[in-house]
Amino acid sequence: MKVAKIKIGRRSFIKSSTLASGGMVLGFNWLMSCDMTPSQVKALPKEWFKINGFLKIGDNGLVTIMSPNPEIGQNVKTSMPMLVAEELDTDWNDVIVEQAPLNTTLFKRQLAGGSQSIRQGWNSLRMAGATARAMLIEAAAKTWNVAASEITTSEGQLIHTLSGKQAGFGEMASLAATLEVPSEVKLKDVTDFKIIGSSRKNVDGSKIVTGKPLFGLDYKSENMLIAMIVHPPAFGMKLKSIDDSKAKSMPGIERVFTIKTHESGYSLGAFDNDAFNEIAVLVGRSTWEVMQAKKELIAEWEMAEAKVEELNFFGRNITVETPAGLESTADHKRILEKMSIKKAKVVRKDGNPEAAFKKAVTIIERSYTCPFLAHNTMEPMNFYADVTEEKATLVGPIQTPEIMEQSVSKRLGMPVENIDIQMTRMGGGFGRRLYGHFLTEAAVISKEMKQPIKLVYSREDDMTQGTYRPSYHAYYKAGLDENKNLIAFQVRAGGIPESPLAANRFPAGAVENYVAEEWSQVSNITVGAFRAPRSNFIAGAEQAFLDEVAEAAGKDPIDFRLELLTKAESKPVGTNNDYVASRYAGVLKLVKEKAAWSTNKNPDVFRGTAAYFCHNSYVANVLDMIMVKGKPVVQKVYCAIDCGIVVNPDAATNLAEGGLVDGIGHAMYSAMTFKDGVPEQNNFDTYRLIRHGEAPKEIEVHFVENKIDPTGLGEPPFPPVMGALANALYRATGVRQYNQPFITDKPLAG
Amino acid sequence: MLSHFKLNINGKVREVEVDPTTPILWVLRDHLDLVGTKYGCGIAQCGACTVHLNGVAVRSCQLPISAVGSEKITTIEGLSEEGDHPVQKAWLEHDVPQCGYCQAGQIMTASALLNQNTNPSDSDIDSAMHGNICRCGTYTRIKAAIKTAANSQDLN
Repeated sequence: MKVAKIKIGRRSFIKSSTLASGGMVLGFNWLMSCDMTPSQVKALPKEWFKINGFLKIGDNGLVTIMSPNPEIGQNVKTSMPMLVAEELDTDWNDVIVEQAPLNTTLFKRQLAGGSQSIRQGWNSLRMAGATARAMLIEAAAKTWNVAASEITTSEGQLIHTLSGKQAGFGEMASLAATLEVPSEVKLKDVTDFKIIGSSRKNVDGSKIVTGKPLFGLDYKSENMLIAMIVHPPAFGMKLKSIDDSKAKSMPGIERVFTIKTHESGYSLGAFDNDAFNEIAVLVGRSTWEVMQAKKELIAEWEMAEAKVEELNFFGRNITVETPAGLESTADHKRILEKMSIKKAKVVRKDGNPEAAFKKAVTIIERSYTCPFLAHNTMEPMNFYADVTEEKATLVGPIQTPEIMEQSVSKRLGMPVENIDIQMTRMGGGFGRRLYGHFLTEAAVISKEMKQPIKLVYSREDDMTQGTYRPSYHAYYKAGLDENKNLIAFQVRAGGIPESPLAANRFPAGAVENYVAEEWSQVSNITVGAFRAPRSNFIAGAEQAFLDEVAEAAGKDPIDFRLELLTKAESKPVGTNNDYVASRYAGVLKLVKEKAAWSTNKNPDVFRGTAAYFCHNSYVANVLDMIMVKGKPVVQKVYCAIDCGIVVNPDAATNLAEGGLVDGIGHAMYSAMTFKDGVPEQNNFDTYRLIRHGEAPKEIEVHFVENKIDPTGLGEPPFPPVMGALANALYRATGVRQYNQPFITDKPLAG
Repeated sequence: MLSHFKLNINGKVREVEVDPTTPILWVLRDHLDLVGTKYGCGIAQCGACTVHLNGVAVRSCQLPISAVGSEKITTIEGLSEEGDHPVQKAWLEHDVPQCGYCQAGQIMTASALLNQNTNPSDSDIDSAMHGNICRCGTYTRIKAAIKTAANSQDLN
């Protein structure tokens, strides 16, 4: 066992009774009002005893564990409580999971993003369980008058073998709740885990398949009205005036007005980005009626001026430049091409690339691009707000509740203590719900109405609002010597409005002469983090390029990568390489073995491979493609992952499968394009997402087994498969893919 | 203008006063507190709003209340009394959902498919499910769950 000092979030473990009232788990909360899952066999206890901010124990041994982080489908509502339950040593069948309220005093980092929930919660959640277990043992020791060190626990039972005494956690909970919190606790050894590492079903599974109200859009309260918005039809335009004479007389409509999401002088927080600050609002009694009135609102738009804003990103000031004008995808393509041939800012340089390229016998140069993408969470943006003079209650889907709380506080001029944000399950996040302008809008609308409202974006509002994945470009150049060794490597990556470059990732560290450059071009089309930001393009581009380099070198694409990784491990070039070469090679070796890469030579199966490291985890793929009636079909994807200890294997597999399907889908089909500032796609009839029949017929996910502290999985499986797909398409069709989405622009085959 | 309607939903008669053009989706969600049926696109492209009309899968966002009469509507809340329809059970067995938002629609389309075809092939499943989008990418699990449900003995 390792002894951990309770340094991280010690206040989290302080008994709830010593905290000021409010905040904790008391009081009615809609999110907790849902029925328990039918699998709960024990009746509810007569009394609950709060042991700490993360858990309470009932007199009958039932345990309620608070899941602190927002749930966006990454399954943390199951896996985070598993960490608590493991160290508490309770029976998982006795666990009820509740979504914790936003409480920055009790919980740290209540945020879903960057695949960090499990990684950053690993220690604090286990300590929450371990301290509670220690307090239960202490209570039993006092009751039985024996030494605490002689007491063991197992599945919710306290056992004193010497005297034969045994008690359930519930029997000792009332005493335990009154005891001092220990200053240090013992954490289990990895080999003693019973819950971590064994698959547990999604705690909301039954509610989801029976249609229980779980999502923000499902929320309602007495006297609640529905609000919808009308935003400018084009980026680069703003609201001039509205004529609401017809709209406001439509049935069911209460009011039509305009709001500014942020007043002038408002200092932007980390996730306050918003394309359209001034919008028209329609409020009425039902969604359908408001949708009809929306069609009758006449708005006049005008050109927006260029602006420069400062955004406070976790203490760092970022300048956001928004140019004037109406942009088109055709212009963007020209910009990408023009910028990609200019020298750009050198971010990293090893050796002497110029001289090495001169010496090289073979030079390979390729360019890759990708379009803007809309997040398209299946649940459109929405939020409930009830703002009075005294307080603001906000309920809905948000990845950054603790950050948006500050924004709302600033915008309403109301202290943070008076703002209550409740987290609903989210119908998808993918980064879109980091940017909570819709939450602020809901608060401003409710304040104006002096009534609770639920703000609902139509799919069209959602898809044309911005916050897109940027459009990127990557130019690569590789030089081989006469022995086909890679002696020089250049990457110049840029985009609108940011560069996707990750200068210190592989193959940096594996090539003597290396240079990485970046550039960017401002735009008024707003962007935001999109599942695996930047990696979601650069991984596929790099992995497709390495495939061509391996081919030019006459080497097997996996062996080629492994050779480079061996070099990076034994004699790394440079000091800032941000990956562990042996773990990188580990996933490649595992996928090579599982896919029988060296022996499976079916001539009708075309195989592509790729590997990437991002968001702290390593992923490698082999993608098998077959041709059916001249069309490429993804038959099977093999995926090897190293994310350290796997907390919930089946759920982790599910998340990886989803990442692969999502990656194939976006690389193959999706694009957001513009004409004079107007998005050319506004719903799923024009914007293509991958559908059932286009998904791989089979997916096999394998995890590297080790005892390394866990890292996340929401993002890492998403980027590299795009490269594996491009490489398999090449083998199947003879045509290399350079521009996403692959399905448009040119015939793939036949 | 508002009109009075009597609907047959999940085996019960439900009465509402709404505009006759109101799609069943919004009648369910805004007027009858049946929010399991989801709004995703409003143009019958994503399948999140799928319900059964006399056992057949339809997109409720395109079904005005005036067109329904006394036909039988089944929503996710009424698919089974105890949440134990073979498709629901298979969904839990395969732990299909990630975010879960589209899953009610997926389940309603899948159960309607099995109403008509108790032993669907892969391509039967692909074409029946084509209209249901899942951004989380749970398609392979959905297919596996449909096959499990098809093989289950409770399917009648």
